[in-house]
Amino acid sequence: MKRALAIMVGAALILLLATLTLVVMPYLQMSAEQVPPDLKPYTEQQQRGRQVYIANGCVYCHSQQPRDPSFAPGDKDRGWGRPSVPGDYAYDEPHLLGTMRTGPDLFNIGARQPSIDWQLMHLYNPRAIIKGSIMPSYPFLFRHVDEPAEGDKVVNIPPPYGPETGTIVATEDALALAEYMLALDHTYPAPTLPKKPPNSDEPKENRAP
Amino acid sequence: MTPTIAILLIITFVLSTVGLLLLIWSIANNQFSHGQAAARTIFSPGEEGHSEDPARAADEPFTGDTSEQTAAIEARWTADQSSRTAVLTWLSSSVFWLLLGSFFGLASSIKMHLPEFLTASEFLTFGRIRPVHLNAVTYGWASMAGIGVALFLIPRLFKTPLVGGKYAVIGGFIWNIGLVLGLSAITLGLSDGEEWLEFPWQIDILFVVGGALCAVPLLLTAANRKVEHLYVTSWYLMAALVWFPFLFLIANLPFAFPGASGATVNWWFAHNVLGLWVTPIGIGIAYYMIPKILGKPIISYQLSLIGFWSLALFYSQVGIHHLIGGPIPTWLVTLSIVHSVMMSIPVITVAINHHGTMIGNFSRLKDSPTLRFVWIGALMYTVASLQGSMEALRSINVITHFTHYTVAHAHLGMYAFLSFILFGAVYFIMPRLTNWEWPWRKLISLHFWLVSIGILIYVVSLTVAGWKQGVALLDAAMPFMNIVKMTLPALQARTVGGALMTLGHLVFAFHFIAMLMRSGAATEQPTLFRPATKENAQ
Repeated sequence: MKRALAIMVGAALILLLATLTLVVMPYLQMSAEQVPPDLKPYTEQQQRGRQVYIANGCVYCHSQQPRDPSFAPGDKDRGWGRPSVPGDYAYDEPHLLGTMRTGPDLFNIGARQPSIDWQLMHLYNPRAIIKGSIMPSYPFLFRHVDEPAEGDKVVNIPPPYGPETGTIVATEDALALAEYMLALDHTYPAPTLPKKPPNSDEPKENRAP
Repeated sequence: MTPTIAILLIITFVLSTVGLLLLIWSIANNQFSHGQAAARTIFSPGEEGHSEDPARAADEPFTGDTSEQTAAIEARWTADQSSRTAVLTWLSSSVFWLLLGSFFGLASSIKMHLPEFLTASEFLTFGRIRPVHLNAVTYGWASMAGIGVALFLIPRLFKTPLVGGKYAVIGGFIWNIGLVLGLSAITLGLSDGEEWLEFPWQIDILFVVGGALCAVPLLLTAANRKVEHLYVTSWYLMAALVWFPFLFLIANLPFAFPGASGATVNWWFAHNVLGLWVTPIGIGIAYYMIPKILGKPIISYQLSLIGFWSLALFYSQVGIHHLIGGPIPTWLVTLSIVHSVMMSIPVITVAINHHGTMIGNFSRLKDSPTLRFVWIGALMYTVASLQGSMEALRSINVITHFTHYTVAHAHLGMYAFLSFILFGAVYFIMPRLTNWEWPWRKLISLHFWLVSIGILIYVVSLTVAGWKQGVALLDAAMPFMNIVKMTLPALQARTVGGALMTLGHLVFAFHFIAMLMRSGAATEQPTLFRPATKENAQ
């Protein structure tokens, strides 16, 4: 029994060490990180949109973390934005950094596509806007009505993607998600990003995305 | 970051001191003296040189040449029967979750190239069925089958009947309730939002309790053990059952880690689920099955212990290689990269033992389905681990990160390594528990070939496409939609591979149920101590 206990205690201690280095220390360091002054907290509606984003698993195809251009030039060159810093995520709970780019990075989608109509139409059927897109349609975020009521947000879907009769209107969830998309705009400067050393210019000439 | 470096230095110092003390302690306590004697503890007296392979048709099972040896084998039979209810609870559940998880995986795969497939309902949208697939196969299939096999091995390793098996049965029920609630929550859109941690934290408590209940019979049986040496498999199993509840609890602490530090905790956990939970179970099972089927001890016992401790040390710190280039401190990423590369040490020690023991016995792969599954699983462990170390390097990671390459790698590990070993173990265990042989051995072959060809198509297509995708993503001159189109054939091939794997699982599940119901004719082999009346039927 002594030896069995020794193995278990040893195993637990090693995991404790890993917890210290990989959980506690990063937490201490990053929670002290400065929050960029231009970063705005989410509104209630944007926060609701963020929950819709989580519930429907957008994170499985979209990242929210452009990498440093000196490391991975494609991220900046595609117009996905400057490298993100810990402070950018101060209001993100849980984080939605993502690990997959089946679709593009969304860290600055609000700056790239600032029109709510674009966002809603794209959510209803991505192929109505981008030919060959493999993103799923989200028809359940919309209502199909004969006549839009007062205050309904009408989404004009180009044929043949819309219904043959009637109108498509956005639900509260769709509007919230679209507002969250628009809030994903981190084009402000990040004060904690290291200043460029004098001898290194932009790593690559800026190609238009 | 001077304080960080100072803390790192202090930790390194403390670590080396602790390591030194451990070394002194183990020398003082004769930890290194057993050598090959310990490697032989898995055999009954006189059994060495005889293969134990309950899923195989041809050979005569060893029942002892002397009365003492027969008594030992009978004691082992009693030990096997003692774990029956507990093991069958966990294994049967795992087979159910495997089927469910396979269908959700297949549907997710189809959706990747047919985006209009099943989009009407929010409950079947890609972003919900994909996490249902992951959680069903990880916590349902792999974890439950792993615990089931562990419960079977515990009495064998300690040479005494399982004590406290009912705790494991209760644990199994709680675990299943957790899965039903957790998967329903994801389907309803109540996910916690972090990969591998989607189940709402309230439900996660059930898994901690269920897992901890399985540690009870382990501890009670260990206290009762009749062997002096703890065989290396029990090291891995004991450690895994310590690690999992601890990991799962910390990673799910609600609201403790916001923002970017949440990402570090997320990936620290997600990789530890692989490294400190399913990997030790998988390696531990292979460490038992390979020598047992061959009837020959592993070639280097000392090496297996070095492999164990280095796995514990290095694997626990690799998780942050999932965030290379991400918004987290550079030292943290570097730490994980260093440990990822150091992982080649335990991987090579395990490879020497697993494959070295096989040398000269490869012909056994032809007739032993168990060995075929387990050894190919062990081989894929070596391959997937070395590939993983490479993927952690910045120069490789910049290409493979965010692509299908990683998905292929994950399936190489969780499927070609772990699931293959679990399949093999189930084929070994069931005849011993039910005292019945597999009714249709051809189905075992069919299962093997379906899943082997399936995973081969899966891994090859996504590896190639993922690499090309990663290279293309770095060059903004290539429009994004062109990259999507480029990967489409591979995504379709993945559906073909996945369909073959699902088909294989249907065969496996059918055979498993037939075994539970004792279908088929009682044939000649290889059940030990079957009542003599049935011995001559057919």
